[in-house]
Amino acid sequence: MSSVSTSMPAVTFPRPNPLQICFKEAKYEFLKCLRTPMYSVSTMLFPIMFYVLFGLVMGRQMIGGISTTVYLIPAYGTFGVMGASLVGTAATLASDRGLGWLEVKKASPMPMYAYFLGKLVMSVMFSTVDVLMLLTLGFAFGGVHLPALVAAKLVLTLVAGSLPFCAMGLAIGYFAGPTSAPAVINIFYLPMSFCSGLWMPFMFLPKFIQKIAVFLPPYHLSQLAFRQVGAGQGGPALWHWESLIGFALICLGVAWVGHQRDQRANG
Amino acid sequence: MPTAQVLPIHGRRSHQTVAQLQDVTKNFGSVRALLDFNFSVRTGELTALLGPNGAGKTTAIKLLLGLLRPTSGHVSVFGADPSQAITRTRVGAMLQVGRVPETLRVAEHIDLFSSYYPNPLSMSETLAIAGLEDLRQRRFGDLSGGQKQRVLFALAICGNPDLLFLDEPTVGLDVAARHLLWEEIRHLLSRGKTVVLTTHYLEEADALADRVAVINKGSIIAEGTPSEIKARTAGKKIRCITQLPPAVIRNIKGVMDVRADREAVVIQANDAESALRGLLSLDLEISGIEVTSAGLEDAFLALTRDDSQGDQNV
Repeated sequence: MSSVSTSMPAVTFPRPNPLQICFKEAKYEFLKCLRTPMYSVSTMLFPIMFYVLFGLVMGRQMIGGISTTVYLIPAYGTFGVMGASLVGTAATLASDRGLGWLEVKKASPMPMYAYFLGKLVMSVMFSTVDVLMLLTLGFAFGGVHLPALVAAKLVLTLVAGSLPFCAMGLAIGYFAGPTSAPAVINIFYLPMSFCSGLWMPFMFLPKFIQKIAVFLPPYHLSQLAFRQVGAGQGGPALWHWESLIGFALICLGVAWVGHQRDQRANG
Repeated sequence: MPTAQVLPIHGRRSHQTVAQLQDVTKNFGSVRALLDFNFSVRTGELTALLGPNGAGKTTAIKLLLGLLRPTSGHVSVFGADPSQAITRTRVGAMLQVGRVPETLRVAEHIDLFSSYYPNPLSMSETLAIAGLEDLRQRRFGDLSGGQKQRVLFALAICGNPDLLFLDEPTVGLDVAARHLLWEEIRHLLSRGKTVVLTTHYLEEADALADRVAVINKGSIIAEGTPSEIKARTAGKKIRCITQLPPAVIRNIKGVMDVRADREAVVIQANDAESALRGLLSLDLEISGIEVTSAGLEDAFLALTRDDSQGDQNV
């Protein structure tokens, strides 16, 4: 059958369905990361572990007018989606770029947007699972009672707000080496999480850190998430969204520069 | 539609050019990888790019795959730009890669790559050609070196391409695995595919290639069939243990060159019989005589040792 087909020009065959390529890219990117404990465990286990320790095991006092178990869902939710997005894009892109696998894919007819879309969908799926697991724990063991609509809006906010961190991951992935990428991610991820009040309630942070926080994207995402459960403090929602979109655009710009740099290296 | 530019494949030795590097120079910063490089690939043939590490073989392949752009000169594949998606649907590539996603299974890798192509082979065909039927559910990270190379080979062929680029396909394989891959490559040639292969195993070029281009330091220094290349260094090699000084051996009829090789000498002879008669009559103690044909390896060493002579042969 195949020996017959070689005698015909390939253009007579219909082009493969781009949607199907994107679907398979996303599916296998997801499976790949799910089976890599460094990714799946670190991005899903840590937010859950923090929630169990600081939310469920330690006391049940109130923070910002709501119970700790509710308060920590937006906080660790932001922490979780940020980790899933950063590691999912930056670490895999840096490794693919640095160790030749991206070149194998580029030599094939795969459209480049399928590659990026695959990573995006994979990150969004992990982010969604992260938030749903926190909510489930809260509902089951933390005495959390949120109306279904509020819970749904919380999930949507966090998942939509994870996209700027995918952009940030691309920016890091284009500049970090395959082995240094995890370290570079953590240099941004952990201090930003702390200063944005994801580990310690924002009002307990020193004043100068609170002043820095308004420049940090996780602060804006967490404030949007807190608003959904009635614990928002900072300015209007629109300002937070604008900050996140601006941040995403800057990151995409940096990623584009990195992409151009790679192209130039190839002549 | 670029339909008119797509060349039909008629089978082996129709001598149509399907891919070409014309006067290509490629610099990486101040490092010159290729200089005024002319290379063409003919339909249905296996062309081997043979050269030492760093000669420019991989650069030539990446130019033909559209992964690199030439500093100057022209690259065409199926009469078009190799970086166009439509060209890439007819091309398969096996590159040297540092790391392949290890947690995906063999069949999953093939399923994904097959989806990129308009007319891929079926999963079972791909697995059969690459000899991976028993390994389809294994994760890439659990495979041996030879099995990993076979998966990369499978990804190169799964789209049923007309033109296949194999960059050092058997590097690091043991003899059995190498011969298995050779069989798979021969099988593809018998189905009318065109193959470009880089190698520094001379035996490999000799065993597989219709044509060989010998590259050194970014230029082609010799081109022809394996036997034409071998004919460059005519004659035979005689290895023996003798007390005769090299100057004396060099004066024997039929001897071209002599060099010491541990306790023995290796004599390059264009007339082995005369050389042997001379040797035996001059040294009654001579021992350990071996006579072998000069292989592609000797031709290759001779060609890459003497650049000035090689340049005239282009």
